[in-house]
Amino acid sequence: MTFRIGPRTSQIIAYIILLLMTIITIIVLFFIIGYVFKNGFAQLSLEFLTDRTREMGKEGGILPSIIGTLFVTVLAVIIATPLGVGSAVYLVEYTRGGLLRRIISFGADCLAGVPSIIFGLFGFIFFVIQLKLGWSILSGSLTLAVMIIPTIIRTSEEAIKAVPLSYREISYSLGGGKLDTIWKVVLPTSLPGILTGVILGIGRAIGETAAVIFTAGSSLGMPTSVFSSTRTLAVHFYILAREGISMEKAYGTATVLIIIILFVNFVAYRLMHRFMERYY
Amino acid sequence: MKDKIAEKLLLFIAFSAIGSLLLITFFIFQQGIPLIFKIGLSNFFSMHWSPTRGQFGILSMIIGSLMVTVGALIVGIPFGLACAIYLAEFSSKMVQKTLKPIIELLAGIPSVVYGFIGIVILVPFIRTHFGGPGFSVLASSIILGIMILPTIVSISYDSLVAVPNTYREGSYALGATKWQTVVKLLIPAARSGIVAGIILGMGRAIGETMAVIMVAGNALKIPHSILDSVRTLTSTIALELGYATGDHRAALFACGAFLFIIITILNIIAIRVTGHRE
Repeated sequence: MTFRIGPRTSQIIAYIILLLMTIITIIVLFFIIGYVFKNGFAQLSLEFLTDRTREMGKEGGILPSIIGTLFVTVLAVIIATPLGVGSAVYLVEYTRGGLLRRIISFGADCLAGVPSIIFGLFGFIFFVIQLKLGWSILSGSLTLAVMIIPTIIRTSEEAIKAVPLSYREISYSLGGGKLDTIWKVVLPTSLPGILTGVILGIGRAIGETAAVIFTAGSSLGMPTSVFSSTRTLAVHFYILAREGISMEKAYGTATVLIIIILFVNFVAYRLMHRFMERYY
Repeated sequence: MKDKIAEKLLLFIAFSAIGSLLLITFFIFQQGIPLIFKIGLSNFFSMHWSPTRGQFGILSMIIGSLMVTVGALIVGIPFGLACAIYLAEFSSKMVQKTLKPIIELLAGIPSVVYGFIGIVILVPFIRTHFGGPGFSVLASSIILGIMILPTIVSISYDSLVAVPNTYREGSYALGATKWQTVVKLLIPAARSGIVAGIILGMGRAIGETMAVIMVAGNALKIPHSILDSVRTLTSTIALELGYATGDHRAALFACGAFLFIIITILNIIAIRVTGHRE
């Protein structure tokens, strides 16, 4: 004789299990951030944020890494944004299905799935060695730019698609050309959505380690030009933690890193949310 | 005239993604593949990785990568699917609206942070409670499993929500419970999205580098149990690229080429399964 559980009972059991697993997941995720913050907040001080790094990170602050991260990220975004937004404009406004569109989309989708260590290898051999840019802010940001192009393409594409067709028709009926319509109607309307993509790209660039450690290097000096080597926050944190240089400083650096990234992603989320409410 | 130039320029820009992909493929292969021919496939797929003696066998790392990836899926799939099903079918709009963005925000946490948590909490925990060095297949699997959760939750959730409501109504009208509807109707209907989420998560686990280096122990031998140290393809590249020269560096690119092929195949399957964008 087999024992069968009725549908009502199995429904209740399933519900409880699903709820428990969801709660565990959320707790784990919060625990990770909470644990870093709990140990890291004590390390934060004005001095930590504005002092040079001394004795490989055992003493002093993280100012060179903050500035290095800023340079690398800003430069990456400056390079990637026109390429990503341009691609998205072309995809939505100039292609009507067809092979060309499929090829371009496929390229973006595949590039999005490439792991960061592959970007690291590529940036190392292409930018650092072949183009002789050395370990530098420029090599790092070019590598990151390639990495975040798909994020910007995908988000901008959705945003541009969401602009109602009637907007374009009104522009054409007033005698606007295609380029004018894109420049004066489509892009301004989809701007919040496009910005979301750019900001998500910023978040990805700031948190990246494997792709920048072999392209921007890990020099602790204060960067002076785009040809200086630098150590971004994520790389500095990685080296502090892995080589056991200073756990206190590692917690402090991680806290700064997480706060920046949560803030950046939160801004991106809010922007997208407001944009979606307006056009979907 | 201006419109024509703009269109040509945009077309050129639009090839930036696929162009970069080709450039990456070219350079990784150009650096790595000649070495494979030089040393022969049997050396490349052997067990012995000893760069100073000209032995570049990556088999133990392939097995290492495979073990931690399977481990990550064992941890990530049940929890990821449970979250997705709970959020999509069993929770109120309020809960959905709060938890979904939180899980997605957490996808942005850098991988080094996960690795760090592994070092300070998970590794000591495994060492004291299960034995072994702590740096292990188990630690890597758990950390990677957590890291791929947001990918699995997000894509599975979207495909569950995309199942038309008429399916649910029809099922309830026949007297089925919510759980029966989920198992018999919604999961099969959302299958392709769920599979795509899992494949993308798998790609992320295989390709993850920094978090794995920090918790895997990186010993160059095939682990006998899940408590043993393990070395993956990605960690070998990252650990040795800094000082490798000549054939050794080429061998790391060959590792990269192998990894790149595997990941690209996974990506293509995921894109195919969802019929993305079209």
